[in-house]
Amino acid sequence: MNTSKFVAKRLGQLVLVLLGVTLVTFLVSHVVPGDPARMLIGQRADEQTLAAMRHAMGLDKPVWIQYLNYLWGLIHGDLGTSIRTQRPVLNELLSFFPATVELTLFAMGFAVSIGILLGLLSATFRDTLTDHATRILAILGVSTPLFWLGLMALLLFYKYLGWLPGSGRLDPLINPPTHITGLYVVDSLISGDWIALKSSILHLILPSLCLGYIQLATIARLVRASMIEVLELDYIKTALANGIPRSRIIYRHALRNALIPTVTIIGLTFGELLGGAILTETIFAWPGMGKFVVDSISFLDFPAIMGFTLVVATVYVLINMVVDLLYPILDPQIKGVH
Amino acid sequence: MELKYYRYFAKQYPLTVVGTLIILIIGLVALVAPLISPHDPLQLHLADRLLPPGHTYILGTDEMGRDLFSRIIYGSRLSLAAGVGIVSIAGIFGTVLGSVSGFLGGKTDLIIMRLMDIMLAFPSLVLALALSAALGPNFRNSILAVAVVKIPVYVRLVRGQTLSVKEKHFVKAAQTFGASKVWIISRHIIPNCLAPVMVQATLGIGEAILIAAALSFIGLGAQPPAAEWGAMVSMGRTYLLDQWWYATFPGIAIFITVVGFNLFGDGVRDLLDPRFRH
Repeated sequence: MNTSKFVAKRLGQLVLVLLGVTLVTFLVSHVVPGDPARMLIGQRADEQTLAAMRHAMGLDKPVWIQYLNYLWGLIHGDLGTSIRTQRPVLNELLSFFPATVELTLFAMGFAVSIGILLGLLSATFRDTLTDHATRILAILGVSTPLFWLGLMALLLFYKYLGWLPGSGRLDPLINPPTHITGLYVVDSLISGDWIALKSSILHLILPSLCLGYIQLATIARLVRASMIEVLELDYIKTALANGIPRSRIIYRHALRNALIPTVTIIGLTFGELLGGAILTETIFAWPGMGKFVVDSISFLDFPAIMGFTLVVATVYVLINMVVDLLYPILDPQIKGVH
Repeated sequence: MELKYYRYFAKQYPLTVVGTLIILIIGLVALVAPLISPHDPLQLHLADRLLPPGHTYILGTDEMGRDLFSRIIYGSRLSLAAGVGIVSIAGIFGTVLGSVSGFLGGKTDLIIMRLMDIMLAFPSLVLALALSAALGPNFRNSILAVAVVKIPVYVRLVRGQTLSVKEKHFVKAAQTFGASKVWIISRHIIPNCLAPVMVQATLGIGEAILIAAALSFIGLGAQPPAAEWGAMVSMGRTYLLDQWWYATFPGIAIFITVVGFNLFGDGVRDLLDPRFRH
């Protein structure tokens, strides 16, 4: 199958999955709660208001018509109105979106770079102290409650050492850089605002390291396994037999092939990071979508929660599609398989 | 003879032994919680609010003067229940769906598997959050929500296993004798899929505890004043900078418990799956 056919097929699948995602959010918001109208207006509303609300929400119609109405709304960018802020959920999420993107990208960069390095070290120095240390680090990584890690980091680096700021994206006295992308680091670089750049990087360190740390371990273990597998292959043995230095074999020949499976994991890791952002943003008062949704919970702001769920799932699906499309470029062997 | 075997095992798999010990100790603590707690976990001591760790209250007290140590002891019951409950529910439903999907094939298989793909399009914590918000915020619903989110993992696993088991001679023989599909699935397919399901479930307990605690932390799981570790960290967060102990100790409890289950799960997998043996 050639590349354009593969892309077309993948895009077709994307539409189906996204439809499926809307079906799930529809079921969760319209069918799972005993009475969505009551969830919206609260327990104390009288029967008459409730009936009017049900009618206004279209809840007296058959379920499949409700779903079509829901889809129709989504196509027009209608994610409902937030109960807490009384503003359209889509606008709210869009305004918090760049902060979440900035945080997850930094966390990703940290997790991927250090994760690959650690995986590489433990594969090349297999069964040594480095390898065992990485293994223990990996187990600790997947066992740490992210919300607790964030609090401990705050205690240590903010309160006791005073090295890093503990909340927000910038010092309160600094003006945000000119809005271009919404990512403060990028915007302040473009506009040459060095004070904002320094402050925004300092504010990113604690939340992104905490968020990335949990994923780092997974990536390191995967790179290790993949590297060990590649090092056993015939072409590596041939290269060794030909007297090519080991370091050259590892970095020139093995690493490139060993990293291919890692790309898939990076796509999946994004999902974990977007989920983790809910906790990290809450702890570091990071004004992103995750903090927005947690703030909505105490108000039982259901439209906000479901809008967030839909947006995050869509972003996650899109990222994984990009990763899938990149795959045949990285690994020519894959082309025929799809 | 037996002792020798254990010693060999402990030397070969020290981390597994550590994990097993941690689980045993926490299980025991949960079992005898009323006997070993120095105080009632819900009893208010308003004169002793937010006391640091000390003589009367080993790990300090919370904003209502409740004893943190006793609350952490009782919290083990909720976290163990959450972890085991989640993987049990997800494992049972996943096994049934996966074996039916793999054995029947065709349209049933297609529909079930596409549904699972769609569920996997959501990050776990995000779907669990939406579901437990829809069900209503309480401990039982948060466990249900996480269990539903984890079902696809087991469906995929069991389906794959079923595809290979259903080609075996004993299944073919049963079919020739006219055994019903329900009989074959329940008597032949599922029993032959159980080992990998058990491994997966053991490996999944740690993560299940973490997600359940995270839901409690953001206010969707156990509600105050329940002595639940995630909810305790959440309350302690308010007092973090002045009363460090409040958020710190319940978090350590979660951490140690999850480390225990992950070490144990890794060991079980290594033992049963020769590919992972060193």
